[in-house]
Amino acid sequence: MLRFALLRLLWAIPTLLLVIVLAFLMVHAAPGGPFDAERALPPEIEANIARAYHLDEALPQQFARYLGGVLRGDFGPSYRYRDYSVSELIGNAIPVSMKLGALAMALAVLVGISLGTLAALRQNSALDRLMMGLAMTGISIPVFVIAPLFILFFAVKLQWLPASWSGSTSAWRLLLPVVALALPQIAYIARLTRASMIEVLGSDFIRTARAQGLGTAAIIRYHAMKPAMLPVLSYMGPAIAAILTGSVVVEEIFGIPGVGQFFVRGALNRDYTLVLGIVIFYAALVILLNLIVDVLYGFLDPRIRHR
Amino acid sequence: MNAGLVLSRIWKEIRRSRSITICGGILVFIAALAVLGPLISPHSYLTTDFDGRFIEPTLNNFHIFGTDDLGRDLFVRTLMGGQITLLVAVIASFVSLVIGVAYGAVAGYVGGHIDAIMMRAVDALYALPFIFLVILLMVVFERNFLLIFVAIGAINWLDMARIVRGQTISLKQREFVDAAKLIGVPAWRIIFRHITPNLLGVVIVYVTLTIPQAILVESFLSFLGLGVQEPQTSLGALVNGGVRQMEQAPWMLLIPAVLLAVVLLCFNFLGDGLRDVFDPRQEAK
Repeated sequence: MLRFALLRLLWAIPTLLLVIVLAFLMVHAAPGGPFDAERALPPEIEANIARAYHLDEALPQQFARYLGGVLRGDFGPSYRYRDYSVSELIGNAIPVSMKLGALAMALAVLVGISLGTLAALRQNSALDRLMMGLAMTGISIPVFVIAPLFILFFAVKLQWLPASWSGSTSAWRLLLPVVALALPQIAYIARLTRASMIEVLGSDFIRTARAQGLGTAAIIRYHAMKPAMLPVLSYMGPAIAAILTGSVVVEEIFGIPGVGQFFVRGALNRDYTLVLGIVIFYAALVILLNLIVDVLYGFLDPRIRHR
Repeated sequence: MNAGLVLSRIWKEIRRSRSITICGGILVFIAALAVLGPLISPHSYLTTDFDGRFIEPTLNNFHIFGTDDLGRDLFVRTLMGGQITLLVAVIASFVSLVIGVAYGAVAGYVGGHIDAIMMRAVDALYALPFIFLVILLMVVFERNFLLIFVAIGAINWLDMARIVRGQTISLKQREFVDAAKLIGVPAWRIIFRHITPNLLGVVIVYVTLTIPQAILVESFLSFLGLGVQEPQTSLGALVNGGVRQMEQAPWMLLIPAVLLAVVLLCFNFLGDGLRDVFDPRQEAK
């Protein structure tokens, strides 16, 4: 088991390195420099700026400097937010984003699995069809369509909930963003759970359990749930990536000062160091969480780790 | 089995399936409207009119979807946006199809260590948050239209490669492949002339399911202001414009949002329906 986990960790390191190299090269292949002003600067000043940001060094040297910084958690200075380093900007924004992402994920898993199990138990009933139709709709409607529609109905028309982060200080301001972010994932997890639960419920060991007189609730809880959860667990990696991507949109729409909002602002302002830093941060996060999912999977399913 | 017989059986099943006929019909209708609509309407998607800003949807003067904050006719803009969205999605899916089929067929046919390495690489790429690299690409290279196709296609080929590899492995044990080998057909020719055509069914299903994903990525980029640029537009860009004006002009948000959702929903249902026809063993996920 330990060997399996270590092996996965060893795969994660080159993957992350690949992202860093790709992202770094992309930024440095950009036409024009980050400090190209509308007005031409005197050459001495340009040289000074280049020296201050180490842009006068050779590319491998710059990369080595950057990588060294990243390993120490230092992503360099932001090009646009002059008085902040990229690490400070990301660090300050992490708590809000994490709260949003973790809540959305928890909601998606809890509601998704419950609805999927319910649909599997009532297979082909009207309820099942209705729920799966809704699930397909949920998968199809992107977060950046759901979120503004939520604002339009619940905040602008009905005025039940605040439309933006700064408009309120109560915990209710998290409700719309979390639900908007979780909805497509709820739909996806419900469909996955239903499909795998139906398969598991049709297998021999469940029939044996029934023959022994176990009730449906006990069968689900003690026998069916664990094997049925394997496909759902393997979807956790993509789900995490989707929640991260979605959080960029949701934070932008609701005006939440999280990592995603800085990402969008940085992208539109061409703040290269900030965008580069956040891309690497997101990549590290996705790879780490995928690693955890993989190890958990190996833990639950012995067939995987002995491959 | 006779090829004509197989085709007529498939055609019969396609016509019997409600999700395929209804969703296919809606998509054909939307595509036709997107192409023909701008020709019928008296308005251009470019013309601004400062006396006719924020007109609610009305039959008057043929502003049936209203106008936007610059007085441009939204019926024409929505359809132009639909055109761009569909175009990007189809081309991007084609890019991912070519990469995915070639990669998967080679890995599956060659097998052994090369297959193991190629699939390990796919696993590693799965863990990458590609969308963020694409955003970085868009930031750095000035939101190039062509780049959108390539970038989206490059994200979506992984699933296709996996599925095609699996199919290829089962196909290469069939007699006709042995026969081809026996008469000395070279490996690349077996892959592209004998294996690939037999993948058609699976490929059709997964291209149909790739298109909505490509639409999602394109509209996500356009929504962030990184995709299609003004005065061109796409459904994602229109939703973005609608979000900014939603208190004053909710139709600017509702119309493109609903259209985008309908297109995505139809492609997903269509893909599901086609999967039932071509690949009945595969349970809907």
